[in-house]
Amino acid sequence: MNMTESVVTGKSEEAESEKRLQSMAAKQSLSAFEQETALNQSPLHGLWALTNRELKKWYKTPVILILSLIQPVIWLGLFGKAMNFGAIFTGSSFNIPGLSIPKSVIDQIAAQVMQNTFGTSDYFSFFAAGMLSFISLFMAMQSGMSVVWDRRLGFLNKELSTPLARGAIPLGKVFSSILRGLSQAAIVLIIAILLGFDVSHITVTGLLGTFAGLFLMVMGFSSLFVMLAVRSTSQDTQMMIVNLLSLPLLFASNSMFPVKFMPSWLQPIVLVNPVSYATDISRQFLLGSPGMAPLWFDFLYLGSFALIMVVLGTIVSRRLLSR
Amino acid sequence: MPSLETAQLVKEQPRKEILNIQDLTKSFDGKTRAVDGVSFTVFEGEIFGFLGPNGAGKSTTINMLTTILRPTSGSATLCGYDLIKNPAAVRRSIGVVPQESTADDDLSGLENVLLCADFYGIPRRVSQPRAWELLELVELHKDARRKISTYSGGMRRRLELASGLINRPKILFLDEPTLGLDVQTRAKVWEYIRRLKEEFHMTLFMTTHYLDEADNLCDRIAIIDHGKILKIGSPYELKESLGGDIIEVDVQEEESLDLSDALRQIKHVLDVRKNNSEYRIKTEFGEQTAPDVMDVLRLGGATVTRISIVKPSLDQVYLEYTGRSIREEHADSSTGRRPTHGRGMSMRMRR
Repeated sequence: MNMTESVVTGKSEEAESEKRLQSMAAKQSLSAFEQETALNQSPLHGLWALTNRELKKWYKTPVILILSLIQPVIWLGLFGKAMNFGAIFTGSSFNIPGLSIPKSVIDQIAAQVMQNTFGTSDYFSFFAAGMLSFISLFMAMQSGMSVVWDRRLGFLNKELSTPLARGAIPLGKVFSSILRGLSQAAIVLIIAILLGFDVSHITVTGLLGTFAGLFLMVMGFSSLFVMLAVRSTSQDTQMMIVNLLSLPLLFASNSMFPVKFMPSWLQPIVLVNPVSYATDISRQFLLGSPGMAPLWFDFLYLGSFALIMVVLGTIVSRRLLSR
Repeated sequence: MPSLETAQLVKEQPRKEILNIQDLTKSFDGKTRAVDGVSFTVFEGEIFGFLGPNGAGKSTTINMLTTILRPTSGSATLCGYDLIKNPAAVRRSIGVVPQESTADDDLSGLENVLLCADFYGIPRRVSQPRAWELLELVELHKDARRKISTYSGGMRRRLELASGLINRPKILFLDEPTLGLDVQTRAKVWEYIRRLKEEFHMTLFMTTHYLDEADNLCDRIAIIDHGKILKIGSPYELKESLGGDIIEVDVQEEESLDLSDALRQIKHVLDVRKNNSEYRIKTEFGEQTAPDVMDVLRLGGATVTRISIVKPSLDQVYLEYTGRSIREEHADSSTGRRPTHGRGMSMRMRR
């Protein structure tokens, strides 16, 4: 009984597919498959397609977006709030024998000290500006991972067998991580504002400037990480590289503490680290802090870093991709 | 004999070269020669099969012809374009259906095909209807908006086929198109391949290690092993080239007793090979020679445990030229009849 049934369905399926074949053959002369078309042959065609592919993966799975925000929220909410340096001055009066300082004076001193040290009235705002760089940096590092995945899954080979411009492959990764990094940074900034970030200095120009700085930083770092990943087939190695570099890049910058806190041997490293300059731009624009360096120098430094890394990354990737 | 007809048909028509390969070589790390001086021609509108065991150099050749790997030396012309000098033009005129599923799991079937179209720079107004048409061809139009991660193995392979066709390639490269598919899906894929040839006059270049696939689909076959082409011809020609039947005889005795010379004296016998306890006797007429073989072996003191007459098949051709049975390749030498047979034979042949 079962057999007859399956034979019957088999036959009807066959007939159906036969009909379909005939109808396709009939309209064949008009089919889109047969239609000639001019191809876009610009050297960077497919760049937006590749960028959009990465972005789709990201916004179609909001879980990942939410999960990737947990870490910065914890940093902000727990670390940023707990490191309340302002509380050193307990907010009461000083009574040392022979010296009596009223509370108002202490408060003034506290505000002055905080301003001198952190460039703003509270540590949380200082730290939150640094977190913008950190979250963008973290996104930039992910771009290397996705290169490794593409190679392992054969997607890279598929790209290579098409006329896709070779430079578009690394640049697609770079641009998608810029867009992701900047949007993550925007969300972190909103959360920071909700948690009490000092908004008194925020202007539209300031916001644009801040994100321009982050743009350059992410561009440079993601080019670097794509370059490191382009020949690698092991996501473990890539994971190690990311883990190995993320904390040093964060700690050896002014993101968490001002440069002047640091020992003299560490200071030159901080001054070389591009993360410091992105953070410096954020603090000058968003908090009105006196900067580590003048703004023009921050932008010049980050701009050169981004340019060198993008050019180098594209050249190296192109060479390594065509074995 | 459909293959005979095809062979003759192809011969009668003036054949136009679409792919010409000269002395193509790829060595890795300067020593291992994965592909070793391969030369051949593929004609327009034919299905050309690349048949060989695992690691024979099939995929490396395809990767070179699809510009993924750069050849160490040699040259090739595809659709009139030089592979080395004008890879961009080559890429525009070929399509590739890779061995493994390369689609992006997080995107839908339609999005994957459109993404491929973007790689070729096909404008959306053309690629959108074309993608739907191709998805209909491979019967995925109902699942087009589902994520690839929900697709079965067969659906993924069909999607690869649709993606590989998006630029209307003149040559379509298929790397093991039916590897790991169930019988029904295999039959479907074969049907699509035949239609591409017949309706769109596409040239298809495929690798396979399924002999029935090569026999059924291919107009011509190249047998490749150790990076070298051993034989090229239509399935019919290849079977003819064996020049007769093969009698396989298993005897109880091992190496010590060799009756090959006595067997060679039998009428109609063309060639005798001995491997461990097995004789492979090539003869013009299997049925007539078999009784004589039995007699010679018995008189020589051997105990026959098994005898079989094998008519020419692609399987035999394959065994003849690579020295390995394809079934053993598949069974990974564990469930094969004679696990050590293949190695020993190929060593003998190379000597």
